[in-house]
Order: sequence, then structure tokens, then C-alpha cells
Amino acid sequence: MTAGTVTPYRPGQQTGRDGFAQLLRAEWIKFRTVRGWVIGLVVAVLVMLGLGLFAAVGTSGSCQSKSGGPARSGQGCSTAPAPPVGPGGEAVSDSFYFVRQPLAGNGSITVRVTSLTGLIPSGNGAGTGTQPGLVPWAKAGIIIKASTQPGSAYAAMMVTADHGVRMQDNFTGDTAGQPGVVTASDPRWLRLTRSGNTIAGYDSSDGTHWTQVGTVQLAGLPPTVQSGLFATSPAYQAISESVGGGENGLIAPSQDTAVFDHVGLSGTWPAGTWTGNYIGAADASGTGGYHQAGDQFTVTGSGDIAPAVPGLGANDVTVAAFLVGTFAGLIAMIVVATMFITAEYRRGLIRVTLAASPRRGRVLAAKAIVIGSVAFVAGLVGAAAAVILGTQLARGRVSVFAVSWLTELRMVVGTAALVAVAAVLALALGTMLRRSAAAVTLAIVVIIVPYFLSLTSVLPIGATDWILRLTPAAAFATQQPVPQYAQVTALYSPGGPGGYFPLAPWAGFAVLCGWAAIALALALVLVRRRDV
Amino acid sequence: MRLPAPALHAEWTKTRTIPSTGWLLLAAIALTVAVGAAAAAGTSCPSGVVCQVDPAKVSLTGIDLGQAVVAMVAVLAISNEYSTGMIRITLSAMPRRTVVLAAKAAVLSGLVLAAGTIAVLGSVLAGRLILSGHGFTPAHGYELLSLDSPTVLRAAAGSVLYLALVALLSLGVATAVRDSAVAIGIVLGLLYLFPIVANVVGNAHWHRHLEQIGPMTAGLAIQATTDLTSLPISPWAGLGVLAAWAAAALLAGGLVLRLRDA
Repeated sequence: MTAGTVTPYRPGQQTGRDGFAQLLRAEWIKFRTVRGWVIGLVVAVLVMLGLGLFAAVGTSGSCQSKSGGPARSGQGCSTAPAPPVGPGGEAVSDSFYFVRQPLAGNGSITVRVTSLTGLIPSGNGAGTGTQPGLVPWAKAGIIIKASTQPGSAYAAMMVTADHGVRMQDNFTGDTAGQPGVVTASDPRWLRLTRSGNTIAGYDSSDGTHWTQVGTVQLAGLPPTVQSGLFATSPAYQAISESVGGGENGLIAPSQDTAVFDHVGLSGTWPAGTWTGNYIGAADASGTGGYHQAGDQFTVTGSGDIAPAVPGLGANDVTVAAFLVGTFAGLIAMIVVATMFITAEYRRGLIRVTLAASPRRGRVLAAKAIVIGSVAFVAGLVGAAAAVILGTQLARGRVSVFAVSWLTELRMVVGTAALVAVAAVLALALGTMLRRSAAAVTLAIVVIIVPYFLSLTSVLPIGATDWILRLTPAAAFATQQPVPQYAQVTALYSPGGPGGYFPLAPWAGFAVLCGWAAIALALALVLVRRRDV
Repeated sequence: MRLPAPALHAEWTKTRTIPSTGWLLLAAIALTVAVGAAAAAGTSCPSGVVCQVDPAKVSLTGIDLGQAVVAMVAVLAISNEYSTGMIRITLSAMPRRTVVLAAKAAVLSGLVLAAGTIAVLGSVLAGRLILSGHGFTPAHGYELLSLDSPTVLRAAAGSVLYLALVALLSLGVATAVRDSAVAIGIVLGLLYLFPIVANVVGNAHWHRHLEQIGPMTAGLAIQATTDLTSLPISPWAGLGVLAAWAAAALLAGGLVLRLRDA
């Protein structure tokens, strides 16, 4: 590895001014003229891409549960269809029993719900029978939906088992209404009103005093929509977080039954008769149906109307898997960024650098900007190539979990930003320690090892959550493909296919930025105080 | 090949008189014991729940981190000579280059074995004290962590050997690439990337194979004392995989050292 060359003195260029631009240029020339560093940069991009493609190929046949993953009951691998895609571009679950009529133009539907009961697997899921009970997000109520196509836009008012009355729309929207459990003596009244693309939801406990829960805009709602009663119940999950042994879980279908009466329709309902059928694939229990007795409707369903989360089904390959090369790329980038400063100390070039530009803070700033920009570009190229080519390669082998293009963009740009700030952190550590081996080890230990420790099942989940909140590894949250949804019960752990982090993507990234800022400030103090 | 005593003595003097060696080994011991103790302190088992806790493995979690410092010691053992130019004097004094590398490997292994023994004994002691306070007692069906038990002894002795093999792997890589930053990057990449990549590879076969060939995932199989059937590779075979990595790295380092100009 040879040290960088010094910018030749060019009298014609901005004489008499020590411009920051010149300093940047000097550092850039130092960087690009060291062959080893440019090779390191190319290696970083190539390993990001290479490992991403390896992950894309290696995901084929992912139907078998990995050790520690939840046991999947009765789901074949080749037959599992890709989940439908919601209006926002994300993968969704959209299966429920629907008792419906077309609604032409504006109008409203009002019902009273007097009971919500259900069946869950007996014996904590170990047995084969069922027992009465409800999963927390068992839901039933009224819905206005663009069409009977799974994934189409909708807005719904519902009662749930444990979460009171909710207004939900387009899979990700969720607003709380009246709390409490519905019973015959304490029924719930629900109302949905369509006016153009706006749908308003109301709830009431007596049918006369109504409270508006919320309004939603459903873009592109057709003139005639499907509206009516629904019931659905997400899979029962017996997830026990066994200390030290990862998580064990069983996932089995459940069902719920709701009793409706006082069905009131206003507006144009041309059909006048009710039709009942499943939307989407019925769950394995498949025991949906409805029964009308006078004014009273009893609707039974199974499934869920909610965003899909990875890890519950066989289709749990996410774009995040293609970004696994980030770790290797980061190591290459950390090595290059550290040497960018330690090589100066080793070769004595730092004396020349500081003699040419005595304001040391500016030298450090110029170095940070150059290495940060270079790392950002490398990270962007590597991440974008891995995501695009990985998706291409995985297509046909396995269905990749759909996320919206905005999420994909955030993951790629977030990865690039993560690599850039990690490089700046490594540069600051190199400046502080002046020894490349120590700085590289420290950078890898604080950025990558915490993530590794959070993956291994040795540590309990609570401890790994704190590791991923406090250490620079929190920034890997920018690679989280699917957010944690309050309205979906799942095991949200960092090691699983969802790759869930305790912090939101940009909050996690801010933790890394905070560490880099602290390190840079310390480096600045040291570089100013000490003799070269 | 017989190692001449002067070669060993020379390497010992060089290693001993670099201040960083002692401090780094101390740091490795402290980090290993501290992380092991923290992992043990974070592990608890609510009564009435069957916990799949491997007390030995939990207590020895610190090796995951301590190995990074050990790798650094090993890398510096050779790359310091290159960065200061000392290597030219060393090779002038001892022209048989394989002897130099072998002497370095011997001195380094001795040091790491000694430091590793202290670190592992400290971890096991800390784990025994902390875990028994968290309900992992014979009354609840967990044996106290004790070196009398053959599996715990295997985990403890194996962890010491693991650290020594990681040091040899690092020495080989550093001899081959000379630069300390690049060497430590390669070594830590080899160690930590296999488990991370294996985690995202969904195919169960590939997942298992990656864990079988990764120097860290295979080598640390030695730490398991319970649930041995779920391991990707048997404990001693796993350590053998790491030994093969170390041998390959040393071989590559030795060949490059012989063939190229210092």
C-alpha cells in the first residue's frame, strides 16, 4: 500500500486563498491516486453485489423452516401463492368472508354488532381440535371495498376481540374507536358513509348518539363499490420466547363469528339481495359462511385484512436479504476509510498535509467529506445493483415479498448513507488511534459485532433490543423492509426474515450519526491538541 | 522441522517488548469475561417455563468479542514488523523464513493459550456465580457449571483452543497481506460474515453448509453442552474446520513469505 501523493503547487490557481475547495480537491487526489484504496472501493461494491446475489440464489426452496424459526403448519412450499399487493404497493393479507351488495354512488351502511365469538386451536396449538376463544385481532364489521379483488382499496369499521372498535383502511391505516368488548348487553353500532372518494366511519353504543372515528380518502374508488358485512380472524400464534433458544412458535388458523342486526342501508343499492363468499384464499379451516334470520345476520370467517408481515408464511424472502452484502462491503469500506488517515501517520505525510493546511479542523472535515461521499456512492451502487439484480435473479425461484417502491428506495439510500457515515466513523477512529489495526478492529466491533450478537440466539430478546438501540448497529434499521404493525400480531425480532429493529429506520440511522459526530469531535480535539 | 531455540527466543523478545501485546491480551481477557458475565446476567428463566439455556455457551459468549482482540494481537505480531521495516532485520538474521513464521506461530500460540485460559476460567467462574443466582441450579434441573463435567470441560478447553486457532488464522492472513488494516478486515470478515450470511439464506441446506464451513460458526460448536443434535457440525469436527482454515492461512502466508521479497 503506498501513501497518497501531495497536491502539486499550482501558482495559477487561487493564489493567496486557502480555499476549502482546494483542500477537498487535495484529499480527493490523495484518495484516487492510491491504487489499493480504489481497489478496496471496487471490492466493497463487488462484495455487496456478490453476496446479495448469493442470498438471492440461496433463498430458493425456503419452505423448510430454519432451526429456531417457527414451525409452519401445513403450508406447502411450491403451492404457496404470492400474497396480493395492496394499494400502497406492499404485500397484504386480504381474505375474509364477505356478505355484500353493490352500492352505486354515495350512500351509507349501518349495523349493530351484538356478539363476537370464535374458535382457536385447543391445547396451546398442540392438539388437533379447537376450543372457543378469539385471537386478539379477530375482527368483524362493515366494509366498503373497491372490488372483490384481493388487495383492492377499502375502508372498514369493525369490532375486534381485544382492541375495541377500529376504523381501518387500505391495510395500513388503523384508527381506534370505542374501547371495550362487544356483548349482547353492550352492543356496538357501526356506520360507514361514502361521499365521492371520502369515507367516514362512525361508532355508537346506542344507535342514536354517533361519534366520528375518522375519515379516509380512497383514491380512484369506482362509482359502484362492494359493501356489506365481513368477518375474519388471523392465524393463532403460540409464540413462546424461550430464553436462550430463540423462539418457538406454532401458527394455526382460527375463526370468528359475529352476529349483526339493524342493518340499515341508504343510497342506491341496486341488487337488494345479499351475496356471501370468501374474498381471497380461505384459511385452512375454511369454515366461513353466513346465515340470515329475519333482520339478523351471523357471519363466520377466517383470514385477515391487514398488511402481510414476513415470517408468518412461506413467502418470507424480502429485499433485505439481498442487502446482506452490506456487512462485507462495510468491512472493506472501514479498512479504506481508516487507512485514509492512518497511512498519513505511518508515512509521515500528515506533517506535509498539516504544514500545507495548518487549520487542522478543516483537514479533518475535508477528509470526512471526501471519504463520506466516496463511501456513499459505493454504497449506493452496491445496494442498488444488489436489490435490482437480486430481485431479477430470485424471480421465478421464489416470490419476493412485495414492498412499496418508496420503501425500496429508503432501503437502498439508507444503506448508502449507513456505509457513508460508518466510513466517517472509521476515519474518526483512525484519527484518534493513529493505528490502522486498532481502528479497524474497533470500528468493526462497534458497528458489525453488535448486529451479529443480536442475531445469535444466545442473548435474550430484551438484551438484543437494547444492543440495537444504543450501538451504531442501530443504523441497520434502514434496511428493515416492513414496519412493525400494531394491528398485526407477529414475532418482531431482528434475526427473523422480517429483520425487525427496535428503532424506526431513520431514528436508528440517527444513532449511528450521533456516534460518528462524537467520534469526529473527539478526533478534532485530539488532532488539535497533540503534536502531529 | 525443529525450531531452533534462538529463533523462539528472538520472537519472544520481540513480542514481549511491544507494549501493545500485553495491553491487548489483558483487554481480550477483560472483554471476554465482561461480555460473558453480562450475557449471564441478562439470562433468566421464569419459573414454570422450560428454558433451552446452555449455561456453558452463555458464559462463554464473550469469546465472540474477545476473538477480535486476539486476532488483532496476532495480526500485529507480523504486520508491525512490516510497517516498521523490522522484517528486513529479522529475515537477515534468520534467513530461513519458514522458521521465522513457525517461531512466531509458536510464541503467539503460547501467549494466546495462556491468556485464553485465564479468560475462559474467568468466564466460567462468572457464569457459575451469576447463573446460579438466576435460578439455574440443580434444584431446577440445571447442573452447576463445573469443569468436572466432561462437556463443560470440552467447551472450556475448546474455547481456549478456538482462540489459539483464530490467532494462527490471523497470523497466516497477516503474513500473506502484510498490511495490518487489510489483514484485520479480512480476518474479522471471515469470522463474522458466515453467520450473518447464513442467517439470510433461506435454503436450509445452504444455511447448514455455510455454518459448517464458516470458521467461527463451526469452531464455536465446541461450546455447546446441551442439545448437541441440533448443531450443524459436531464439536470436535467444528474445531477441526477452524484448524483447517488456520492451516490453510498459515500455508498461504508461509508460501508467500518464502516466495516474495520482504
